[in-house]
Amino acid sequence: MNRESILKVEGVGKSFGGLEILRNITFDVKKGERIGIIGPNGAGKTTFYNLLAGDLDPSKGTIYYCGQNITNLPNYKRANIGIVRTFQKNNLLTDLTVLDNLLLVLQRKEGLGNVWFKPRVEKHYSILFEKARELLSKWGLEKQTHKIVKSLSYGEQRQIEILLGIATDPKVLLLDEPTAGMSQAETNYIVNLLHTLPKELTLMIIEHDLEVVFGLSDRMIVLYNGGILVDGDPQIVRNDKRVNDIYIGQGESLSASS
Amino acid sequence: MDIIGAQLVNGVSYGLLLFVITCGLALVFGILGVLNLAHGSLYMIGAYIAYSVTVNSTENFWIALIIAPIAVALLSLLIETTLLRLTYHLGHLSQVLLTFGLAYVFHDLASMVWGSNVLTVALPPSLSGTTTLFNQNFPTYRLVVIGIGLVLAAALWFIQEKTRWGAIIRAGLCDKEMISALGINIKLVLTIVFIIGGFLAGFGGVIAAPILGLYPSMEFQTLILALVVLVIGGLGSIAGTFAASILIGLVETFSKYLMPELSLFLVFGLMAVILVVKPNGLLGKKVA
Amino acid sequence: MKGNHSIKFLFIFLLMALSPFFLSLFHLNLLIEILILGIFALSLNLLVGYTGLVSLGHAAFFGIGAYASGIVAKELSPNLIATLPVSLLVSILVSSIIGMFCMKVSGFYFLMLTLAFSQMIYSFIHQSTDLTGGTNGLSGIPSPQLGGVDFSNPVFLYYLILLIFAAVFTGLSVLVRSPFGQVLIGIRENETRMKSMGYNTTLYKYSSFIIAGALGGVAGSLYTNFNGFISPSDVYWTMSGSVLIMVIIGGAGTMAGPVLGAGLIVILETIVSSYTNMWMLIIGVIFILFVVFFPKGIVGIGNSLVNNLAKSKPLYNESKPEAVYKKDA
Repeated sequence: MNRESILKVEGVGKSFGGLEILRNITFDVKKGERIGIIGPNGAGKTTFYNLLAGDLDPSKGTIYYCGQNITNLPNYKRANIGIVRTFQKNNLLTDLTVLDNLLLVLQRKEGLGNVWFKPRVEKHYSILFEKARELLSKWGLEKQTHKIVKSLSYGEQRQIEILLGIATDPKVLLLDEPTAGMSQAETNYIVNLLHTLPKELTLMIIEHDLEVVFGLSDRMIVLYNGGILVDGDPQIVRNDKRVNDIYIGQGESLSASS
Repeated sequence: MDIIGAQLVNGVSYGLLLFVITCGLALVFGILGVLNLAHGSLYMIGAYIAYSVTVNSTENFWIALIIAPIAVALLSLLIETTLLRLTYHLGHLSQVLLTFGLAYVFHDLASMVWGSNVLTVALPPSLSGTTTLFNQNFPTYRLVVIGIGLVLAAALWFIQEKTRWGAIIRAGLCDKEMISALGINIKLVLTIVFIIGGFLAGFGGVIAAPILGLYPSMEFQTLILALVVLVIGGLGSIAGTFAASILIGLVETFSKYLMPELSLFLVFGLMAVILVVKPNGLLGKKVA
Repeated sequence: MKGNHSIKFLFIFLLMALSPFFLSLFHLNLLIEILILGIFALSLNLLVGYTGLVSLGHAAFFGIGAYASGIVAKELSPNLIATLPVSLLVSILVSSIIGMFCMKVSGFYFLMLTLAFSQMIYSFIHQSTDLTGGTNGLSGIPSPQLGGVDFSNPVFLYYLILLIFAAVFTGLSVLVRSPFGQVLIGIRENETRMKSMGYNTTLYKYSSFIIAGALGGVAGSLYTNFNGFISPSDVYWTMSGSVLIMVIIGGAGTMAGPVLGAGLIVILETIVSSYTNMWMLIIGVIFILFVVFFPKGIVGIGNSLVNNLAKSKPLYNESKPEAVYKKDA
């Protein structure tokens, strides 16, 4: 396990007014790790993502990416260097077509966002369109290509939410409850696709569906009351008494979901 | 010192006048999320009604003080139930545009009814004299305006912070769904708040008429100043609106006295600077 | 579909090019005014319709362009090689300064801040009497020239303005369909998402603001050249209101909408003003009707008519004016 560190978080905390949402978060992410983040509601999981993606500035602590201090780097710059998030609630361009959503991601990646006087049509940008079609067919969405996003089913929109993150071709992908609200069949479909992501991609995944998160992760972080309760191998987490106590308090059991 | 004292009273009374005019706008914006660009028009209508009521007898000023705000409140009721309600599902931008259109309509309606001459509302004798304070004479009405502004500010603060109604209103600021969940008729709340906003606009019109006068396009001038106060004070904060009103009142009055050609420039410059330094206004909460 | 479009445009352009031969001078002047205000409305539309930034202070740039042209024409030279570029540069300069402030805020605060800045410019123009003529405005501006051509002849002026209009219209049409324009539309739809895609949205909005300001300045410059007169009321916030009304009535976020809006308003004003001076009442009522019942504007009405006639074809890649209304949810 001698892989290089890609993301390092040191003593990070976040307060809103007097309320401390996160405190003293410290950990190190190795390249290619698959990290599941669990914890009861209000543990600070999404806030933690906001700090990593740069949507919020931490009140305390430092964040390093590939050895570089990115604590105060704005969110769009982080996205450009490879830290990309998806959202817990679908956050799409709902009045545009699926293709248009995807093209916006791809044109950014190709550095074409500043072309002013060449219409974005297939004739001029065949690479973008090919790439978009390829991704859509891989995700089984080719029939939806020209549909307006808001006309799609919730599950399909959820898929696009994840797809937009992946299309950015990130180095670190932060998934926020990717299967929330999906049917069992849709969940399985998504999980299988997530398994096909390249091995060198570092993946962090917040998820309430314990079966999904244990299936995908090779490391688990349990957040509780704004701090890290346990950080380690899924097997250790599964058998941790404190973690079980929390989840039993929530009416769930870790060992049941194996 | 005399002049500074007089300007100070002028500035504070002008500021409180601005508060009386703006607090209705602030209330509606804060709770309904509707930036009412017809607020200045409602203010103007209040002022014109005051003129019509007092034109034969200045003692009728007291009657005007009751009739005009009620009339404007009824007009607001009409606007909310017939027009504004149609746009709630269209989003806030549509509501702003709607009230903007209304401002155009009221502009011509007012000049149709009251003409386009400059008019004044005379004060009853009991208010038109001067009062001696600290060995200096001040116009009585200016002092009265200060008193009214302070009482209104205190009342609004009390209602918002200490009563059940205030709790509902504050909840409306944060979460419209929560209000409905509490079993409160949200539609009724919106209507009532809009009526109160109209009432306050009309009331402001009557109070301001003897000082600012009546003239074509008065509503736009007032609206713009009220917007400046609103922005500087911050959304949904009575205290912020109050502070901003006094600030603008003093800046306008003193700059008009010291460098008249720059006064409007200064007010807008102040607003731009405050917005850049504190995008949510002096005391405002974060806008989503 | 596409060829159909080109033929339609060619037809319209031909009609426009021939119109001096069958229009009276009065109507030709009306058409010139529509073209100028059409450019003005198109410039605001880039901001309001495509970027989702609702400005209530766009008259500032119109006024700056107009006064810059007027002053240059009077003091220096009425040659278009001088007046147009100066107007363009000054309005770019001013919009980049104002834009720096306005980019710090969003939503209604943006609306109010643009309003405040335009009123600041209004009071500046109103009060610097030596430079701008103050309340009286700037009159006696010589008619424009270019090379040896004197544009006091309205037919020449018409062709000149038609040419500039066509250039602006074509340029903007390409711009909004380019990757850059698509980013602006993306920002209108969902700025948060655009940021997490890696776009520096502030920079894009700022660019859009400056382009809109620059083209607003061009419209102002042409207006001065056409009128020979400019007054502070052309910088007042009611002017900002009028152009916003044109954009909304025509159909925000479409290319044809603002031009149709400008046409409707100018023609209506001309007709109405011979009967009554209650112009604001009438335009106010029309505007309210559009906002409440036809929020997609004239273009939206047209589209739904076409859709009803031929229900088969879905309008995927057609303009989507409705989106601007959902921005501030």
